Amino acid sequence: MTIRIYVPRDAAAIALGAHEVAAAVSNEIVSRDLDASVVRNGSRGMHWLEPLLEVDTPSGRIAYGPVSVADVASLFDADFLNGGAHALALGATEEIPFFARQTRLTFARCGITDPVSLADYEAHGGLVGLRAAIAMTPADVVTTVTDSGLRGRGGAGFPTGIKWRTVLDTAAEQKYIVCNADEGDSGTFADRMIMEGDPFVLIEGMAIAGLATEATKGYIYIRSEYPHAIATFEEAILTARAAAVLGTDVLGSGKAFDIEVRIGAGAYVCGEETSLLNSIEGKRGVVRSKPPLPAHEGLFGLPTVINNVISLASVPVILAEGPTQYQEYGVGRSRGTIPIQLAGNIKHGGLFEAPFGMTLGELVDDIGGGTLSGRPVKAVQVGGPLGAYFPQSLFDTPFDYEAFAAKEGLIGHAGVTVFDDTADMLKQARFAMEFCAIESCGKCTPCRIGSTRGVETLDEIAAGADVDEQITLITDLCETMKFGSLCALGGFTPYPVMSVITHFRTDLKPTPAAQKAE
Amino acid sequence: MAAASEIKERTAAIAAEYTHLEGPLMPILHAIQHAFGYVPEESVQVIANAINVARAEVHGTLTFYPDFRREPAGTHVLKLCRAEACQSLGADQIAAEIKANLGIDFHETTADGALTLEPIFCLGLCSCAPAAILDESRVIGRIDADKVAALVAEVTA
Repeated sequence: MTIRIYVPRDAAAIALGAHEVAAAVSNEIVSRDLDASVVRNGSRGMHWLEPLLEVDTPSGRIAYGPVSVADVASLFDADFLNGGAHALALGATEEIPFFARQTRLTFARCGITDPVSLADYEAHGGLVGLRAAIAMTPADVVTTVTDSGLRGRGGAGFPTGIKWRTVLDTAAEQKYIVCNADEGDSGTFADRMIMEGDPFVLIEGMAIAGLATEATKGYIYIRSEYPHAIATFEEAILTARAAAVLGTDVLGSGKAFDIEVRIGAGAYVCGEETSLLNSIEGKRGVVRSKPPLPAHEGLFGLPTVINNVISLASVPVILAEGPTQYQEYGVGRSRGTIPIQLAGNIKHGGLFEAPFGMTLGELVDDIGGGTLSGRPVKAVQVGGPLGAYFPQSLFDTPFDYEAFAAKEGLIGHAGVTVFDDTADMLKQARFAMEFCAIESCGKCTPCRIGSTRGVETLDEIAAGADVDEQITLITDLCETMKFGSLCALGGFTPYPVMSVITHFRTDLKPTPAAQKAE
Repeated sequence: MAAASEIKERTAAIAAEYTHLEGPLMPILHAIQHAFGYVPEESVQVIANAINVARAEVHGTLTFYPDFRREPAGTHVLKLCRAEACQSLGADQIAAEIKANLGIDFHETTADGALTLEPIFCLGLCSCAPAAILDESRVIGRIDADKVAALVAEVTA
């Protein structure tokens, strides 16, 4: 029987040499005349072990990593096709502690299947949710999602079922499902991984959303920085269409739903839902005032569900298993699981899906293994460029929307970026303002002008101005941005800035050069 | 560089492939850039005509998005991630070294036209930072100045 060797096609694995390793493995198979084949799977999410090779043995999948091209011949010499011993051997993939400690619902198949094989998808529980949804009324599908407690995973945490209910209740000739795959937050890559590693789950989730709200057309807006995700997702759409998972008669339901890919063009603000809609319409990615809500007047002025990738990719398992099972995970009002992305200066970087409620300290120290540099952790930014920097003294904060809000932070899209003690927090605060200035759409004054004034004020501190006076100024500016901006870009940029003032006050001092000049 | 008449003709042909879409402007601009390497000034009015909007609308969209170029880039384009996860592992310092090696700043092209250097804000490779991308899709993780220099030498050889 042909032995299968898995080499990921995930962009993180590719960035660490997976293509070259896959080619070397194929060469060895040919030159040694072996009965083996290479499957390009998604990533298991243990990125510090990428490229992570797996071999399908009678006793399960055995992992080896991180593998370089130079290691490939020795793996064959060590009979890794039968799980042979090797310096890079990691044992059974699913017994690696980082993996074993997870609860994989949304990412259940990611890294296991061939991402573009619909047969593989179905063999691993795919399309069960969509078939269940077809057998239900739209209102019952919406109720199921509402009962699961699923909240928007893009960052805002708005209950997904409520959004769907509003669109279902709004009559229109045409309604839309829009998937927000403009995952611009640094420290996040969950959307990318699902599009590259299990695209059919997202297609299935979008189709369920369509059935539930009587929307027949879906758009997915993928950022241009994700070429591999775009290619994989487009391939999956063609396959899904050919198998009537998409099209005029979704799985014989008599109902139509299809998806079109749209590609962003480098504007971070297009991750904001209304500017994303403008971008699809071919306009400048300028934020819209709300109301009207997109659910009432969204894409092309018609009722639109706009959800994040992970929100939609979590729907199939909720429909397949029922809302109760999903709802039983989590804490407080944060129900279900969340794919947490461990990034930056961290030893064990990657994707860790777990029920809400683990503390930040557990995630960074126990799961993540502390910093990559081996130095002490100084700060952890949770939630991307608009998220607060937390010091170690806040490591007891549980991963939960409300708990983070209570500490003047946010979960956002669940990216966790670690910095060691060499980080200059004044520089990080300045970058937050600089990023806002670069990416502001320009519609509202607090964001457009405030961000530039913020950069200048922080530069004053670096140049040796009266620190207390500048802090008073920037605190006032942050208040204005927080309450006066139209969207989260201007509104949340104060989070990282104020967190530096609150927790890293000693870093707010003139730079050494400025001190010397005095 | 192509003559103005040729640019207009090709632009019209490309735009015509997308006019059946809802909201065709972004796909058209991407296709034009893919065809020419940038969006020529001569294309703007032709696109506007094809989708029946004012030239100002096309100009507005074109100039909003950082991806769209108004001038051709170098033969190769190297984008270095500047976002926080990459910063946490020294991206700023590495970028400074790469700029010094190439003798150019961000948004500039080497004198021989071989390479354009640009910043990018997040490639989703934050678990293998610092990261970069060369041309359309060649992603590189855990970069340092030497690794980038070797890559640049390879493609510009």
